[in-house]
Amino acid sequence: MSADQQHIAHHDEHGSMTKKKIWGVFWVLLGITAIEFFIALVLIPRGVFGQNFANVIYIGLTLLKAFYIVAYFMHLKFEKLGLIYAIIVPLVFIIFFIIWMLYEGNFWMHIRL
Amino acid sequence: MTTNTSEIDEIKSTPWNGGRSPFNVEYGKMMMWFFLLSDAFTFSGLLIAYGALRFSSVSWPNPDEVFQSAPGIHGGAPLVFVGIMTFILIMSSVTMVLAVEAGHRKAKSEVSKWMIWTIIGGLAFLGCQAWEWTHLHHEGAWWGANPFLNEDGTVASTNFTNLFFTITGFHGFHVFSGVVLNIIIWINVLGGTYERRGHYDMIEKVGLYWHFVDLVWVFVFTFFYLV
Repeated sequence: MSADQQHIAHHDEHGSMTKKKIWGVFWVLLGITAIEFFIALVLIPRGVFGQNFANVIYIGLTLLKAFYIVAYFMHLKFEKLGLIYAIIVPLVFIIFFIIWMLYEGNFWMHIRL
Repeated sequence: MTTNTSEIDEIKSTPWNGGRSPFNVEYGKMMMWFFLLSDAFTFSGLLIAYGALRFSSVSWPNPDEVFQSAPGIHGGAPLVFVGIMTFILIMSSVTMVLAVEAGHRKAKSEVSKWMIWTIIGGLAFLGCQAWEWTHLHHEGAWWGANPFLNEDGTVASTNFTNLFFTITGFHGFHVFSGVVLNIIIWINVLGGTYERRGHYDMIEKVGLYWHFVDLVWVFVFTFFYLV
């Protein structure tokens, strides 16, 4: 590998993820998971939340955890905007697929009933 | 004339003009990202199939009743064991980033130390999954066999177990592959391959894969154990 390529590989890397920041992200992930457990083991059994309302919160918290893993652990937040878009934009197809297939699944249930 | 020349030079210096990576990442790292994007579609396909089949069912087994045991605890402890598994995987992700961070400082012994912890974390997760699968198998659950009743008390289809074993199995296979890759990279670290090369980029590439495995688990955990 040439010195030029090395420069490319290490550009913008230094100082973006210090040990302190790494442990900071760890506590965020652990905290979010703890909230999910609190909802599942305390709030739902006590009837504070219904399951459907909890599911919405679970999905929100899951996406938040996914953001922290991808942005900080996988370092995507510190990459060039072009690379960020190249990875994130294709995921809209997944959103489309989720809506399409859950709607379809619901339809299957109605023809079964 | 001089103005024109400088304008042309300016255009030629844009990142998209060729001759250098517009993404400013090394080739192997970019290809790892594109592989992970395709793998994200694979896992989405599996999880969306699960969603569609679950939406097509009138009722579904309650995860708190199915997953309520841990080694030494026979029932009555929902989410405890999967909580331990989640913690192990998050922890091994942290040790992986610490290995990457040490790699930036070219600190060979530190990289080696954090790689060992990451490998141990991966093996611990696989051990937990082996225990969980064995436990469920003893209860009569397997592909094509579902002993658990639906939440409303009716007999459940085998969709639940088929999807559970297929999706957690595919994820577990990724963890296994990740552990193998981590071991190979760790041996290279010990052998001084990256020291001679002058950089520890391979740690970053294998790290991306490892974090992706953690990322997939976050979704599997939510959709199989919580929802």
